[in-house]
Amino acid sequence: MNVALSTPVADTARPKLEVQKLDAWFGNVHAVKDISLGVDARSVLAIIGPSGCGKSTFVRCLNRMHELTPGARSEGRVLLDGEDVYAVDPVYLRRRVGMVFQRPNVFPTMSIRDNVVAGLRLNRVRADYEAIVERTLTQTALWDEVKDRLDASAIALSGGQQQRLCIARALAVEPEVLLMDEPASALDPIATAKIEELIDELKQQYTIVIVTHNMQQAIRISDKTAFFYMGVLIEHGTTQQLFTRPERRETEDYVTGKFG
Amino acid sequence: MNMAMTNVAAGQYAIPRRVGSHRARAVTNGVMTGLCAAAVALALVPLFSVLWLVVSKGIHSLSLSFFTKLPAPVGELGGGVGNAIVGTLFMVGLASCIGLPLGVGAGIFLAERGDGKLGHVVRFTAEVLAGVPSIVVGVVAYGLIVLPMRHFSAMAGAVALAILMIPTLARATEEMIRLVPRSLREASLALGVPAWRTSLSVVLRTALGGLINAALLAIARAAGETAPLLFTALNNQYWNLHPLQPTASLTVQIYNYAISPYEDWHDKAWGAALCLLILIGGLSLIARLAAGRRSQA
Amino acid sequence: MASGADTPRHAHLGDRAFAAGITLLGGAVLLVVGIIVVACARLSAPAFAKLGFFRFLTGSDWNPVEDSFGALPFIYGTLVTSAIAIVVAMPVAIGLALFLTEMSPSRVRRFVSFFVEILAAIPSVVFGLWGLMVLVPILRDVVEPALQHRLGFLPLFQGAPMGIGFLPAGIVLAIMILPTIASVTIEVLRTMPAALREGALALGATRWEAIGAVVLPYARRGIMGAVILGLARALGETMAVTMLIGNQPEIHGSLFAAGYSLPSVIANEFAEASGAVHTGALAGLALVLFGVTLMLSASARLLVRLSARRLVAA
Ligand SMILES: Nc1ncnc2c1ncn2[C@@H]1O[C@H](COP(=O)(O)OP(=O)(O)O)[C@@H](O)[C@H]1O
Ligand SMILES: [Mg+2]
Repeated sequence: MNVALSTPVADTARPKLEVQKLDAWFGNVHAVKDISLGVDARSVLAIIGPSGCGKSTFVRCLNRMHELTPGARSEGRVLLDGEDVYAVDPVYLRRRVGMVFQRPNVFPTMSIRDNVVAGLRLNRVRADYEAIVERTLTQTALWDEVKDRLDASAIALSGGQQQRLCIARALAVEPEVLLMDEPASALDPIATAKIEELIDELKQQYTIVIVTHNMQQAIRISDKTAFFYMGVLIEHGTTQQLFTRPERRETEDYVTGKFG
Repeated sequence: MNMAMTNVAAGQYAIPRRVGSHRARAVTNGVMTGLCAAAVALALVPLFSVLWLVVSKGIHSLSLSFFTKLPAPVGELGGGVGNAIVGTLFMVGLASCIGLPLGVGAGIFLAERGDGKLGHVVRFTAEVLAGVPSIVVGVVAYGLIVLPMRHFSAMAGAVALAILMIPTLARATEEMIRLVPRSLREASLALGVPAWRTSLSVVLRTALGGLINAALLAIARAAGETAPLLFTALNNQYWNLHPLQPTASLTVQIYNYAISPYEDWHDKAWGAALCLLILIGGLSLIARLAAGRRSQA
Repeated sequence: MASGADTPRHAHLGDRAFAAGITLLGGAVLLVVGIIVVACARLSAPAFAKLGFFRFLTGSDWNPVEDSFGALPFIYGTLVTSAIAIVVAMPVAIGLALFLTEMSPSRVRRFVSFFVEILAAIPSVVFGLWGLMVLVPILRDVVEPALQHRLGFLPLFQGAPMGIGFLPAGIVLAIMILPTIASVTIEVLRTMPAALREGALALGATRWEAIGAVVLPYARRGIMGAVILGLARALGETMAVTMLIGNQPEIHGSLFAAGYSLPSVIANEFAEASGAVHTGALAGLALVLFGVTLMLSASARLLVRLSARRLVAA
């Protein structure tokens, strides 16, 4: 799409994102336990598991949002292109690792246009805002729906549109990795389908980690899947293998719906 | 009360099983409900009486010259409270320049970093400070400004009003900021926006409607203060926009007119009171609109 | 990353400056209390040096010409008018709060709350004007003679009905503190879990029985806090009292008599105080007022909080 956008082509051997022995706590609650896994560049990793098993906590460690919760802390290493994210500045890191939340959280006081470029404007980045608005809204399949009312308030949009706006907003900052925490759980089936299509498009350019409680969704959109249970990574492999030939008993029980 | 209600102990269900007839209990319920409704009526009677009299008696005094002229001496017809209106606006404006940043700033502190020990102390102090009589604050402004300068002044009055604005404004600001959903703050932080800029440009921006509402209410309250002006701004028969000169105000003017023995000054007191209520009512109305726009947003 | 963005260094400097700035502003609240104490103490020092704190508090003679200053008549007047205000306002405010939270449909509630807000927004000096022009004639010509006729054997209702005095000042104070008591009481009642009240109703209690058995016992401390807050407000209220109490530094048992209050004497004499001792005595009264209202609001806030906490724990 845009030459300037291409991420640095690392040697294919090294994953884009590598997690080593990650532990995370809320006070005394040990929410993430000794997790290690890698995410290849331009692939989609789905994280599944019953609710409360630490999926959100895990992804929030990847862009260091976890440490913003009072009383929260973490140990272990997260490498982005081989560089420890805990050694770089979190503000800078979060511009490289974007995030989309469970519920759409558009800025209510801003127009659609201002929402898209909020990350750039708030960071005092000078750029061609008009072009970025059109490009990211097109990427998120929102352009045709909103191009005539870019100055309208963002909260006038439907839930699905708001969520796609949030994705556009994250893309405008030109991240390399996109974290999505159950981005479709608050949406209706049609909006969900649109988001899934979008993710398929986005993986041409971005490395995506998506949390989902919907196993069908994981099968549809992801290359690899990780199954978490009670803060522990039980199994991690290609999506097809994990759902058709799980190695672990817990995984099999979960994907066949015996619990969770 | 009837027998059914005896033996009521704190925190313990004392619902009678078979004591007293249904009829008696229903009657008690009806009587007490009636009494509570009567309390509502009783509370509203003085309000409507005040509003009715201020409007009906004040309306005769209102004319263009009442808003634009200086006060006339006793017995002379005409004259107005123009200088008092300007004085009130002037001092309230000065007070806002001092009080709004301090009050809102303290509120931001309470919302952003108010969960620590200092936060609790500041919050409690603000609550308690809100109960300090305004006359005491007047004495303080006298000691701080009038005495060293050897001069009554608009500035002294404004400082007193500013001090009175701070505590309520701080608490209201905190409340408004805490109403902003955490998810918005996270959205901004996840975009790589620094925390401080997130606080100012996203959180505070989102709370702005509520802040304007709180600020306008604080300003309206300040405009109605009399006691702290009596010996700080004093009064002035003439126009004044010098911060270091004595200054007239609507409230002090009402007071002077009201306690005078002259009929025509009493009329002017009602007229000035109507002006004051219009000013305060207008500010509160705008505040309501600001708050309404926020709740729609 | 595109050019021109904040560097991390900037972000950290900004965070630190922001934190320091708002902490400073928060600290300013504490500073204000400090300033109030210091300013009042410094102004009043000459008076305390000359008269002694205890003699000042208990003296009943107030004569600026002879530099004789006793605070007792003002303390007395303040207490009497505030007592009247509480006795009148408390049942009305609590009845109103109960009606709004427990008995009325939400449309009525919004309507009445709106007017209670307006009542709270009317300036003291306007109440004073209304009291002087409307309430005083009614008291003088109707209420006080009637009270005297019926209850004249009580020392409370003796002496010539003048209209001006403790009674009108107390009544107007009651009107003014009513919104305070009512709104804090409503706030407290709202924190009560609906399940408790519904539990009582489900057992077959009438509304009023539910209030007596569950609502009031649970909200007791909070309501007490509300009343104390109202009291604090009444003690410090200046203009309306100054216009209605009669401004005589005397101690009388009758509610019809004229008296004086702490805020009123400060309001009347401060601007024209003759010399440092007179000013100091007035500032001393302000200090006393400050101390008393500070303690009252602090304890009231603690009560309201305790009440809320207990409800949450329950
Ligand atoms: N803010 C918090 N404070 C304390 N514990 C938390 C907090 N958020 C989550 N937890 C706990 O951490 C564990 C993992 O939570 P989370 O990562 O949100 O699970 P998931 O996203 O898989 O549903 C849960 O046991 C949850 O109770
Ligand atoms: Mg989650």
